[in-house]
Amino acid sequence: MKFVDEFRDAALGEKLSAEIASIVEPGRHYKIMEVCGGHTHTIYRYGIDDLLPANVELVHGPGCPVCVIPMGRVDDGVAIARHADVILTCFGDMMRVPGGNGSFLDAKAAGADIRMVYSPLDALRIAREHPDRQVVFFAIGFETTAPSTALTVLRARAEGIRNFTVMCNHVTILPPLRALLESPDLRLDGFIGPGHVCTVVGARPFEFIATQYHKPVAVSGFEPLDFLQSVYMVLKQLADGRCEVENQYTRVVPYDGNLQALKLLSQVFELRPHFEWRGLGFISQSALQLAPEFREYDAEIRFAVPGIRVADPKACQCGEVLKGVIKPWECKVFGTACTPEHPIGTCMVSSEGACAAYYNFGRVARERVVV
Amino acid sequence: MCLAIPGQVVGIVDEDKRLARVSVTGVQRTVNIALLDGSIPPVAPGDWVLVHVGFAMSRIDEADAMATLALLQELGSEYELEIEEFKASSIQ
Ligand code: SF4
Repeated sequence: MKFVDEFRDAALGEKLSAEIASIVEPGRHYKIMEVCGGHTHTIYRYGIDDLLPANVELVHGPGCPVCVIPMGRVDDGVAIARHADVILTCFGDMMRVPGGNGSFLDAKAAGADIRMVYSPLDALRIAREHPDRQVVFFAIGFETTAPSTALTVLRARAEGIRNFTVMCNHVTILPPLRALLESPDLRLDGFIGPGHVCTVVGARPFEFIATQYHKPVAVSGFEPLDFLQSVYMVLKQLADGRCEVENQYTRVVPYDGNLQALKLLSQVFELRPHFEWRGLGFISQSALQLAPEFREYDAEIRFAVPGIRVADPKACQCGEVLKGVIKPWECKVFGTACTPEHPIGTCMVSSEGACAAYYNFGRVARERVVV
Repeated sequence: MCLAIPGQVVGIVDEDKRLARVSVTGVQRTVNIALLDGSIPPVAPGDWVLVHVGFAMSRIDEADAMATLALLQELGSEYELEIEEFKASSIQ
């Protein structure tokens, strides 16, 4: 596996690990937030923390789209799915996300027609195949996924498909980061930027973190060595007294993003004034809804959506986990009442969620790929 | 759904709808390539792309594709689930 070796070179891993150790100040505690759930996964899967000095702490951020869906949105989705003529479609990860009144899986067991799809275009195909039914796509995801929904809506319009709508839960990555930077209970020293989101939005929108909040950012790929190098870049900036946005993942991320995808986003969507995030509360202008021109594809308009609000369960500390205030295992129900099979909170549902990632990898002896 | 899996473009199936046939570890499915419109040169057979929810989201080189595949395969069940979902997809 010649190609793989480039990204898994053990000697390079060791060298990076040693260089990191050499640039940190011994008496200082560093908190670096990895924004993306994919990175959280890489960290636990490869035991990256073990390669870092004890005073460098990785804090998991709110970048798992499944984890931030509040319970009320699940309940609203179930309310739509209960209409006799509706087929509700969603990604597989959404099925077990608990709402105030059970999950999509529970609603399906109770008779609602809820189907898993790989792509929003598969949801559109189902609409084509069932002209007598109303097909609703429960859309989730950050800017990585939202362009796909945008293209699907445009496709529906081009083909004159009228029995297809979208319940839009797309969220944007920057507002929660700003909220975290403003929050007094969390002191962060730098950020590892989300590689896949940045293929769409680019690295440029993260500049405010450097210019206004004076924190370094490194946009990172998902290989263990990518991630280690990005941590090094952030720590090096701190050592040099710089704060900039650096792009470790240039092989995939253009600094200005994917202009085609950004154009689609601004054509099809507009910002919602407010959106509730699981555990983080309402954040202004942090989510997308269909622009007025596309209202006929908006499931929330076609169906009288109750707009349910449910407080997070008392036992659940997902909010603190999503803010990086506590580690997954510090939640009182972690691994006991809350497991991937029976999640109480969303962070346990998706494999990108910090609790599930830690549950799956943290408690077993981790196989080391980068040594 | 958070995964992006590398696939190799086999051919363009519908210029108008921007659909291409993409092979992911030997499994061929149809994927939308409109997000790569405007990239130079245009997407062509042989190219490696990252596929996310039925859309090619970026072009990558072969070395990166192989490394990403190896990384995904190490995920085990989750990767298999993603491939199962990809197999079940039939985009038109
Ligand atoms: S253990 Fe469960 S309830 Fe606790 S923070 Fe994690 S997902 Fe939420």
